Amino acid sequence: MTHPVPSTERQTAVRYSPLRRLAYSKTAAPWLFVLPFILSFALFFAYPVLSAVNMSFQEVLPGQVRYIGLENYRDLWNPTFRKALMNSTEYTVFTLLVLIPLPLVLAVFLNSKLMVLRNFFRSTLFIPALTSVVVAGTVFRLAFGELEGSLMNTFVTALGFEPQKWLRHEGLAMFTLIVLATWRWMGINILYFLAGLQNIPRELYESAEIDGATAWDRFIRITLPLLKPITIYVLTISIYGGYAMFTESYMLWAGNRSPNDIGLTIVGYLYRNGLEQNNLGLGSAVGIALLIITFTVTMIQLKLTGMFRRED
Amino acid sequence: MKRHITLLITIILMLSLALAACSGGGGKTGDGSSGDGTTLEFWTFNELHEQFYRHMAERWNEQNPDRKITLKANVYPYDDMHNKLLVALQSGTGAPDLADVELNKFPNFLKGTPQLVALNDIVEPELDNLVKSRLDIYAKDGNYYGIDFHVGASVIYYNKELLDQAGVNPDNIKTWDDFAVAGKKVLEATGKPMTTVELNDMWSIWPQVAQAPGGDDLQTADGKPNLTSDVVVKPLAFQQDLLKQGIAVPAPGGGHHAEEYYGFMNDGGAASVWMPMWYMGRFTDYMPDLKGKIVIKPMPAWNTGEPRSAGMGGTGTVITTTSKNQDLAKAFLAYAKLSREGNIEIWKFLGFDPLRSDVWDSPELREPNKFTDYFGEDIFDVLLEVKDEIEGVVVNEQTPPISDVFRTSVLVRILQDGEDPVKVLEETQAQLQ
Repeated sequence: MTHPVPSTERQTAVRYSPLRRLAYSKTAAPWLFVLPFILSFALFFAYPVLSAVNMSFQEVLPGQVRYIGLENYRDLWNPTFRKALMNSTEYTVFTLLVLIPLPLVLAVFLNSKLMVLRNFFRSTLFIPALTSVVVAGTVFRLAFGELEGSLMNTFVTALGFEPQKWLRHEGLAMFTLIVLATWRWMGINILYFLAGLQNIPRELYESAEIDGATAWDRFIRITLPLLKPITIYVLTISIYGGYAMFTESYMLWAGNRSPNDIGLTIVGYLYRNGLEQNNLGLGSAVGIALLIITFTVTMIQLKLTGMFRRED
Repeated sequence: MKRHITLLITIILMLSLALAACSGGGGKTGDGSSGDGTTLEFWTFNELHEQFYRHMAERWNEQNPDRKITLKANVYPYDDMHNKLLVALQSGTGAPDLADVELNKFPNFLKGTPQLVALNDIVEPELDNLVKSRLDIYAKDGNYYGIDFHVGASVIYYNKELLDQAGVNPDNIKTWDDFAVAGKKVLEATGKPMTTVELNDMWSIWPQVAQAPGGDDLQTADGKPNLTSDVVVKPLAFQQDLLKQGIAVPAPGGGHHAEEYYGFMNDGGAASVWMPMWYMGRFTDYMPDLKGKIVIKPMPAWNTGEPRSAGMGGTGTVITTTSKNQDLAKAFLAYAKLSREGNIEIWKFLGFDPLRSDVWDSPELREPNKFTDYFGEDIFDVLLEVKDEIEGVVVNEQTPPISDVFRTSVLVRILQDGEDPVKVLEETQAQLQ
């Protein structure tokens, strides 16, 4: 290797092309590299959000747009919106209760060397996540149909129960939504937890075993604490996903009209006002309200789980 | 282990790409005719409407070789099409030249400055021959923005086989009270319900409300919510009573346009259904086994001598201001829907009661077609019989929220959950105001 030191000084004196200088500049280069992200973020996220904030203070009619102050937000506080808020909250809570513990436990099983047909179950549990919600929703609508011959009614009558009108009663409708969500999102959450499990060093389990810890102790004292960052991440996206749910409900009731609004979600209410009744101003107000709700809930959740504490 | 996960993720990505590629280009597209004419894009939510326009485009091209058109027709689901169209018109790009807008949704398109072309210059010359009340529902400030397919006179369809088994003569059913009595007979003799009522759509309740004498229906004639009046309470209480006695059942699938209902009715599930004239096409296309068993009669009246029909539903074809071929679109629309020839074709092809009253007694309407094959030859006599009893409806900006609250709440609470009609309607009226 020749000694490079003397030549370096000469090289810096050489004039690079402007593009190269930009790429090597300590101030400009980082900006250049994040520019694609900033552009797409500004165009597809920041601009629509700001424009929705603006529209939520307007009455938006074709060819006639005017500012009406807080009127949209005043109109928002009505029984239908409260119903939608309740439904979305209920749905979110139930999906959290099902879609955090169940995939976690399944992931532990699928990660275990003792499990038979591991790869088979890994793929089959994941496949529903690849289906389109529209197709899955239509299949579920037929499976949970009210006629006696529908799939679910065949099951329940075989078990000795009366055939049910699954999509016409409040509890059953929520049950159907949760089943659909569980079927569809289980695989994704298992994937997250599996990834987390692979990062736990094997030595911890080995030394715990030497110290005489049972399988249960190891799960509670090693697996759960070390999975915490992944769990918090899954929790955060699940909260957002729960509140933003719309397509499932739209497809199950073949439109946005469930009896007594038992399947109406916040986004469904946004869609009804903004698009179906051509009131984009009120629709935007619903969207902003949704943003505030999910932001608040997520912030509380992150605070409680200690995400903002400084890592030791 | 890591390799497996990587492989899995790779497969997932590939599959989702493949799926995404499949999902492009939804909707069904069909060219009206081959050839090199001006392309007009048309959106609708009804396959029968699409077939009609394609048929009319072929005829137009034969008669106007110098102004040929290529009709690019798309059929979308009902809600999707209206929402797409609203957004396209609001944003000013992407709208088709022509589109079908259903009556319940039409007021949304009249809000603000309508982004639709006023059709006065093709409508006004023909106004004397047209049923004007059917044009007024698509008008704003004296401009006509949509042209309907039909008058939409509501009638009642009886399954003669079931009535005969019970010894009921449909001609003796004059009032809704007679209907309930006859229904009881049918239920006892055949074990089947006399009729079905809709829980998620307006076609059972709206005709019964609108047929009441006078200009009020769900709204007063001057456009105020009218839910607590007798005009609305009485039909809902009547339907609730029929359901309690088992004379009526909720329509399977929730309404008369559900696949479940078509199957149920096709198997002789109920002895009658009251729907507008345009529902004939659903019988011929989706309930083929009832051919020759269905008779069409005027709806029963609330009291003897009162109106026995109401103009129901409708779909206005509109031309958008973003169309680059507005004049051609207008000429084609006038040909398809306002001309004598077009109106006769509407009857022959779609089985709708056409908008031009001067064709109603023309010989072409007597010719055999798939509807006379199915229902018998005297279909049009029913329409001529109730010609002067067809009540109009009030349609304005309040109509979408009102029909929405009926379809999601009022009908469910009263007809499914059995709540007191007066209480439910009073609460709803208060909420609407």
